[in-house]
Amino acid sequence: MGQIRFLLNGDEVVLDNPNPTETLLDFLRENRKLTGTKEGCNEGDCGACTVSVAALEGGRLTHRALNACILFLPQLHGKSVRTVEGVSAPDGRLHPVQKAMVEFHGSQCGFCTPGFIMSMYTAHRDGRQDFDDVLAGNLCRCTGYAPIIRAAEAAAKEPQPDWLTDEADRLKAMAGGDITLDGAFLPATVDSFADWYAENPDATIVGGATDLGLWVTKLMRNLLPTVFVHRLEGMQQIEVTDEGIRIGAGVTVARVRGAVVDRYADFAEMLRRYGSVQVRNSATIGGNIANGSPIGDGPPALIALGATLTLRRGSERREILLEDFFVAYGKQDRQAGEFVESLFIPNQPDTLACYKISKRFDQDISAVCGCFNITVENGTVTAARIAFGGMAATPHRASHVEAALVGQPWTESTMNTASEAFAQDFTPLTDVRGSAEYRLRTAKNLLRRYFHESASPLTETRIVGRGAA
Amino acid sequence: MSVAKPNPHDSGPSHVSGVARYTDDMPLADPVHLAFGLSSSAHAKLVLVNLDAVRAADGVIEVLTAADLPAENDVSPSAHDEPMLAVDTVHFVGQPIFLVVATSHRAARLAVQLGSIQYEDLPALLTIDDAMAADSKFEELMLFQNGDADSAMASSDNQIEGSMEIGGQEHFYLEGQAASAQPNEGDVLVHSSTQHPTEIQHKVAEALGVPMNAVRVETRRMGGGFGGKESQGNSLAVACAVVAMRLNRPAKMRYDRDDDMIITGKRHDFRIKYKAGFDNNGRLQSVIFEQFAKCGWALDLSLPVADRAMLHADNAYYLPNVRILSHRLKTNTVSNTAFRGFGGPQGIIGIERVLDHIAYDLGLDPLDVRRVNFYGEGRDVTPYHMTVEDNITPELVDELVETSDYIARRTQIAEFNKTSPILKRGISLTPVKFGISFTLTHLNQAGALVHVYSDGSIHLNHGGTEMGQGLFTKVAQVAAEVFGVGLDMVKITATDTAKVPNTSATAASSGADLNGMACKAACETIRERLKDFAAQQWQTTPEKIIFRDGMVQVGETLVSFAELAAAAYGGRVQLSATGFYKTPKIKWDRLAGKGRPFLYFSYGAAVTEVVIDTLTGENRILRSDILHDVGRSLNPALDIGQIEGAYVQGAGWLTTEELVWDDKGKHLTHAPSTYKIPACSDRPKEFNVNLWERGENVEDTIYKSKAVGEPPFNLGISAFLALSDAVASCGDVYPDMDAPATAERVLKTVDMEKGIAW
Repeated sequence: MGQIRFLLNGDEVVLDNPNPTETLLDFLRENRKLTGTKEGCNEGDCGACTVSVAALEGGRLTHRALNACILFLPQLHGKSVRTVEGVSAPDGRLHPVQKAMVEFHGSQCGFCTPGFIMSMYTAHRDGRQDFDDVLAGNLCRCTGYAPIIRAAEAAAKEPQPDWLTDEADRLKAMAGGDITLDGAFLPATVDSFADWYAENPDATIVGGATDLGLWVTKLMRNLLPTVFVHRLEGMQQIEVTDEGIRIGAGVTVARVRGAVVDRYADFAEMLRRYGSVQVRNSATIGGNIANGSPIGDGPPALIALGATLTLRRGSERREILLEDFFVAYGKQDRQAGEFVESLFIPNQPDTLACYKISKRFDQDISAVCGCFNITVENGTVTAARIAFGGMAATPHRASHVEAALVGQPWTESTMNTASEAFAQDFTPLTDVRGSAEYRLRTAKNLLRRYFHESASPLTETRIVGRGAA
Repeated sequence: MSVAKPNPHDSGPSHVSGVARYTDDMPLADPVHLAFGLSSSAHAKLVLVNLDAVRAADGVIEVLTAADLPAENDVSPSAHDEPMLAVDTVHFVGQPIFLVVATSHRAARLAVQLGSIQYEDLPALLTIDDAMAADSKFEELMLFQNGDADSAMASSDNQIEGSMEIGGQEHFYLEGQAASAQPNEGDVLVHSSTQHPTEIQHKVAEALGVPMNAVRVETRRMGGGFGGKESQGNSLAVACAVVAMRLNRPAKMRYDRDDDMIITGKRHDFRIKYKAGFDNNGRLQSVIFEQFAKCGWALDLSLPVADRAMLHADNAYYLPNVRILSHRLKTNTVSNTAFRGFGGPQGIIGIERVLDHIAYDLGLDPLDVRRVNFYGEGRDVTPYHMTVEDNITPELVDELVETSDYIARRTQIAEFNKTSPILKRGISLTPVKFGISFTLTHLNQAGALVHVYSDGSIHLNHGGTEMGQGLFTKVAQVAAEVFGVGLDMVKITATDTAKVPNTSATAASSGADLNGMACKAACETIRERLKDFAAQQWQTTPEKIIFRDGMVQVGETLVSFAELAAAAYGGRVQLSATGFYKTPKIKWDRLAGKGRPFLYFSYGAAVTEVVIDTLTGENRILRSDILHDVGRSLNPALDIGQIEGAYVQGAGWLTTEELVWDDKGKHLTHAPSTYKIPACSDRPKEFNVNLWERGENVEDTIYKSKAVGEPPFNLGISAFLALSDAVASCGDVYPDMDAPATAERVLKTVDMEKGIAW
């Protein structure tokens, strides 16, 4: 049987045939007695278990904050894990973020603190200073966050401590080929994955595990057999061509955001609020799509952009419109042994607006996610692609609204008439995130917002993020 | 001076490096792990409980039901009405029915799913209306009154009436409930994440059928409490102790977050009906409140919570003719419990709502209406007949109005709203006056135990618990102050029922007030002994001895504190002492609604400015200015930390934190994925928090400081009323919004203003 290898606070860990769905958090706390990393929610929402994971991405070493509670051990193969116990100097000197958190009174009960430290440590390493985003995935119930931000700002002025080392060479030596564990396959190439999966179509494909992790920690399900796709560089490519952008299914949401920020600014803005840094660093765009959730935020935007999917089974590939992939609740156009390999966004002028409506701005699942892509030429609507999440059993286009717009003058009256058609397109449900009435009412109003934004500065409509005053 | 300094939290360095241990982090030798099997019915007879599959599950050692418990089956902190494991009947969805003992936490959690339970459903009372219709109450209608509310109402110049629903709140302490127990020669040592080690000791002793001296409870720290660990940890500690003694093996238990949010009580949801009569300046002539508290299935602490809601129905305002009625409703829902403010916030939001409503009705600035109603000279008696002797609201509010630039900003906001078609702003200033003392008078006592070792190092112990508020740091500052030594000489130790007995919960904001005084008493006892000894040794008089900067001036001689300690030991001086404190002056007859329940009041005020999106109801706090009175601060950094955190938590309660149950009584928002506490970017964009510089407690409290834990929570109310103010700009009716003001509720109220019906 195979083994996985990774670095833990600088020391190599070799695990012979580990349980493929054991979480890093349980491993740290129960096996290694590293109890500094905390269990707050066990579902990737509070960040108390945040660790910093270094990995080689395209030959380059990156550092990512991740939630250990929904990270399975095989996902760590060839990577370097750093926990709160591993950031101060060997002689005990505190890292600048640790020092600042003490000095600025950033810890009260201290339970969330290790997670904050690891998010701050990772940001410090990367030179990131957008702290509201960096720390959106770390909940604190004591401080009201103000002193934590003060600490982060103060630490940002301090240089990297001299005891940090570059582990790239050690990681390169670990990579290796396909790995087989009891109940898990870790292919090293896309071809190897494609062949194996065609033969084992009942296996659970594990990408970033930001949803599958909860199947284990909350639904208490057995996912085995599993196949882990995080090592497939072939599915982690972003290619820019004259026709558009092709994004591998294994590209993380964090990287997708980087790839679209200059082309579709509102898509990037919406992804800024997708999960948290920890979630975006792990979640893959392929997983977000293939999961088939009616409330995933990626699909509505991508449908509005007319994205297509490449599905692959063995060596056979086919391409379909993303909107056709979602057949019904829990059912996608994906054959046994077939997987989402990549998606393609055709080039177009940026007329996309993405509206993510949720109870809380950051790290919340949308009640309604409305994405509008309307083309107006000489005062007349010539094309409209409007897609919503949270309004139906699948991510769905508002085809009646689109029909009511296309060919009409782009006026308030057209917009008012068209907005009534939402009731024909959607019969939303009432749940904890919002009532059916709220969803429908908001959907209509979002068309109003789009109309307003087509002629006025975003400062008139936005209260957070892009364009807000 | 050691007090009044902004010392960092004593555990700061260990927090940031991960070495600070919490209950689940304690190393135990080969422990068993526990989990509860929960009821899926809100009210039912248990017809058949078949646990065969649970027993057969991997890793299961044994499974216990009520019949297997050795002595008392009760975890109630009050009325003995809360079996740890259900007997015959279940009373809410999530009530523990059986206890699984397994080789791992996961094995225990997997096994509890396998129980096969047949229920015979009984009628379930799930709402305030259900309970009122069934007259399901824990106590007769409670009444506080002063003056003649009815005739004053009849003769008042103007009247309004209304009603408001106020949602509950999940504590969401980051560390969930946790406990462990280790058998020790027939006795038991319990570690518990609790605000109330003595209560844990008491319930464990009852459950084992042993005297309290056979149970020792230790608590070094909690990862947050907020009232949620005053009584809610009893079940886990009792379960661990019972199993540890049965198996003669350590036992540990932690609730998975979802279980925690399903099983444990929350802030009481309330309905407040009001009727007010007032003159043309908005000055109240009569107020009648009817408060409905949803207490849940068991009594827990609901009576004092509901009492405190009544005791804060006045907030900072003189109510000349007033009647406050309170219904304590028994429902088939989770048993609501203590939560920062303990009913006070629900009482306060009632009167703040009334004053806003009056201002709207008269077309006045709500601030002006508040000002004419503040307590003042000759207008200083509360609805419970206590005279307010320390009122500083008018001057504190004056200062905040200045520093926050409230008047100019109100004008600017009105201008903004005229020209902004979609986004609207709102602003509100609300004060707080919060009564300090446990209303159950006997709880206002505390003890401390202090040792000075022969090298001058000091060991400090007291009955208070550390949940992040910095209590241990503050009390250590007191000890260092008395002995004139640096904080580094004082060793802070875990709360331990074997060191200080019969403690009260660390609750009611009282931690530093009570334990600080007890510590001071203990330290002073030792210091007096040292003085007597030194006076004799160096031939001077005790009053010529001064303890300062780690040194002791004895007449003309200067010795270090360590040298004096060594000499005193050699001179056979007792260098250990206990200290005790009980709050003076308080006297309270709750049934009559008369007396002096509080030693003093803590004051503060906040101005909050918000923006709302009238298309979606989304909203944001733009700026908050807070001026808060902590008397003479023991530690300004810790006090500001409490204020900032409390404000954000209070604003969360009234905005994004929405608890949702289905029509079968099942809680649907039992995880952070669905229950949204404020995240980092939800804090006010601009956040100006200041301590009231002139603050000084008129009462003889610890170095003239004031309690700080709960009072500033109430300042979050200004965020809610600022949202209401923004909504009001959309139409011509008073926006009688319920809480929490989620985006949906804001949009619905905006649409009501616009005449759009949903």
